[in-house]
Parts: sequence; structure tokens; C-alpha cells
Amino acid sequence: MAQPIRVLLAKVGLDGHDRGVRVVARTLRDAGMDVIYSGLHRTPEEVVSAAIQEDVDILGVSLLSGVQLTVFPKIFKLLGDKGVNDMIIVAGGVMPDDDVVALKAMGVHEVMLQDTPPDAIVSTLTRLVTERGQR
Amino acid sequence: MSRYVPSAELAGRVVNGEVYAIARLISRAEAGLTEARAALAGLYARAGRAHVIGITGVPGSGKSTLVSTLAARLRTGGSKVGIIAIDPSSPYSGGSILGDRIRMTDLVNDPGIYIRSMATRGAMGGMARATMDAVDILDAGGFDTIVIETVGVGQDEVEIARASDTTVVVSAPGLGDEIQAIKAGMLEIADVHVVSKCDRSDANRTLTDLKQMLTLGALTADRPDWQVPVLGISSYTGSGFDELIDALTRHRAVALHTESGRRRRVAIAGFRLAKTAENLLLERFARASSELTPDFAERLVRHEGDPYSLANELVAASFGKEDP
Ligand SMILES: Nc1nc2c(ncn2[C@@H]2O[C@H](COP(=O)(O)OP(=O)(O)OP(=O)(O)O)[C@@H](O)[C@H]2O)c(=O)[nH]1
Ligand SMILES: [Mg+2]
Repeated sequence: MAQPIRVLLAKVGLDGHDRGVRVVARTLRDAGMDVIYSGLHRTPEEVVSAAIQEDVDILGVSLLSGVQLTVFPKIFKLLGDKGVNDMIIVAGGVMPDDDVVALKAMGVHEVMLQDTPPDAIVSTLTRLVTERGQR
Repeated sequence: MSRYVPSAELAGRVVNGEVYAIARLISRAEAGLTEARAALAGLYARAGRAHVIGITGVPGSGKSTLVSTLAARLRTGGSKVGIIAIDPSSPYSGGSILGDRIRMTDLVNDPGIYIRSMATRGAMGGMARATMDAVDILDAGGFDTIVIETVGVGQDEVEIARASDTTVVVSAPGLGDEIQAIKAGMLEIADVHVVSKCDRSDANRTLTDLKQMLTLGALTADRPDWQVPVLGISSYTGSGFDELIDALTRHRAVALHTESGRRRRVAIAGFRLAKTAENLLLERFARASSELTPDFAERLVRHEGDPYSLANELVAASFGKEDP
């Protein structure tokens, strides 16, 4: 039996809005995925610990506060320290194009800006997991 | 692409308490991977030391918050605590939102605590098997106490709680019906009753009602060596947790050192065997019947037989023998 894709949705940083993340969580559940939500204001350390404990296929980090260029390097460093190299990392939220390019160069698999339609989120995540293969 | 780490290698790292290995092996157990079976068998041989506590109760009764506070308390006593939090899958999509963890955020930076969220996957998903495999993995990984949170709504979920050494049933004030546990038929599985949210003034009423129900007697199963306590707690203030931990410790002693405790362990093992065998049968049947089923369905549509006889024939054809 095929296992549902496991996703951790995390909010890092100071902004206190999680409506968007909650909508995404429901979309992913309705597409048959298992979704864990971290809650607001998480640190990169907390997010990475949770993602490893939960053994998620995908870690989705949503940010609105413009801290992406400091947050993602920390996340990659923490994952690397723990020897995790098969987790799919996705960013979401609002950010300038330059940052998108920078994040992808860092190893973020996909950046989905705030106006990404639900169907596109689902198909992108499904594709990334298929491309990764068995783990 | 990254290397596939064989389950045998993961099992070795589980024994060293490595979180990544524990987490990955639980995923493979959940998926029912054949490749993981030998590794799980090896870990089973090392497991059996942990105290397994089931926590159940109606939705919103405060289970996750209780688990969080309980785990923090147990940590100060030096125990490593594993938590398995089970939430229902959507019957429509098969997906889920696993929301228990968000109540346990205080615990995430503590390496002595491991939290895993699991979805029920519906009746066919083998949740019971996967949960107990996860318990063994954590047990072999050095976790002293393993807490399983299940929502007391479905049969399977309640059975998971029942398959623990100690079962705690949580009731709460202010959820409408004063003693909600009755409805779900959960009262009789409790080794310890907890009324949560006792920082609220209406909790006293729930405590009184629950105690009254229990003195009527009909709802407690026979427990020769154990008086089921009714404890009021507040996860916000921490009140009642000393009493709760004391009750859990005393119940564990009963479970380990009495004949009734031994009988219960045998019953739990029987439940586990039955669930595992059920899964094996389902898998075998699904594999063996997949090519045959469409033809049988055609015949049923043409009324060449009734559902019962055709199903019987399908089972016989799949397994290669008649049901006596
Ligand atoms: N006043 C008070 N509220 C509490 C306490 N514990 C939990 N709550 C509240 O009760 C609600 C449900 O708490 P949870 O811990 O999520 O309950 P649960 O039983 O795990 O819920 P499900 O997993 O959804 O079934 C939340 O709003 C909590 O803040 C407590 O000790 N006192
Ligand atoms: Mg909960």
C-alpha cells in the first residue's frame, strides 16, 4: 500500500499570521497527505528536530517576515549536522525574486509564493517526492 | 540521490538511541515494508522494558496538553519519554492533519523526548500493528516511558489505549455532556481516571458526576489488585500531576508483579497477534484476489450468484481452498 506523503508545515520568525498555512494544510490533507503543523514562532532548531522526529518527506517553511536568507542556511546546517540528506525542503510566503534565486542556490527544492494555486502546490510536492524515490 | 539505508543498519543505530534511525524505522514499520521485518524482529527481542501508557478521551478533553505536562514531569525524574500521538485520517481523502504536536512544543528541544504523530489510515491501515511496532522501536531505543495518545472515538483507537500497560481515560468539564466517556464506552477500560482542566470552576461537577457513575459499579471491569483512582488535574497549573505519576507508578507495579497483570499482558499479546495476523491475511488476500475480483464483480452484476456465495468463492479461489 502506498504511504501518504508526510509534510511538516512550519512557521519561523516573528510574524503572527498562519491563516495561509492552515489553508495549505487542509489542501494537502484533502489531497491525501498527512500534515503536521508546527505552530507559530518556531526556531530553526525546533523545526528541524520536529521534522526529523516525524520523519517527514517534506519540510515546508512559511515566512512573511523577510528572514529567509538567515533561516534556511541554519536549517540546512542543522540537517547536515544530523546527517539528514534526503528531506525535501520547500519555502513558502512572500519574498523578492532575488531571494527565490538565492534560496534555490542554497538547496531549497522549490519556492512557492503566496499566490500559488492549491493544485500547483499539490502537484509540485507530489512530483518532488516521486523524483526523490524510495527512502 | 541519497543512499537507501538498510533496515538492519537502522536497527543498530536505533539501539544507540539515534533519533533519525528511530524515526525512519517507524516509517518503514508503518508502511509494512517486508525489508524491515527482520530488523523489527531483532528489536522486539530487546524491547519489553518500557512502561507503555495509553491516554484516551473524547476530542478536546485535554489529552495532548496533559501528555506534554506529564512528559516534562517524567523528564525531571530522569526518564526518557516517547510519545505516539494518533489522529484520525480523513475518510474522504485518506490524508490527515496531525494536530497533537502543536500542544507539545515545549518539549521539542529536549533530546530525551521523542514525539511521533500517526494517522489512523482507516480500518485497513494496520494502525494497531504499526503503533505497537513503533512502541518496540522506542523501547529498544532506550525510552523508559512510552505514551500513546488516541482519540476515543473509533474502536481501533480505543483498542490501542487498551493494549497499554496502563490506560488513562481523560474527561473534561465544559464539553456539553458532563460524562462524555460513557458514550464512547470508555469508562470500563480506565486504570486511571483523570478529570482535566481542574483550574476551571465547573470541573468539580465533572469530578463528582464521574465518581458517582463509578460507585454505581457497573462500568468498571473486574480488577482484582487495583482500585481505579479518579484524579483531578490541571495541565496549566500542574496540580494533580504528582498524584497522577504516583498512580501510574503503582499501577505499573501491579502490572509487573501480580497474576492479574500477567493475564493482562497475555491478553495484550493476543490482541497484537490477532491484529498482525489480520493484516497479513488482508495483504495476502489483496494480492491474491486482485486479478480475480473484476470477473467476480461482472458475475455479480449479471446476478449469476449472490454476494455472499461469490465472495466465498473468491476467497476460496484466492487462497486455494474452500471455507469449511
Ligand atoms: N483550562 C484548561 N484548558 C486546558 C487544559 N488543558 C488543555 N486545555 C485546553 O483544551 C483544549 C484542548 O486541548 P488538547 O490538549 O488539544 O486536547 P486533546 O484531547 O488532545 O484534543 P484532540 O487531540 O483534538 O482530541 C485546548 O484549547 C487547550 O488549551 C487545562 O489544564 N486547563
Ligand atoms: Mg490531542
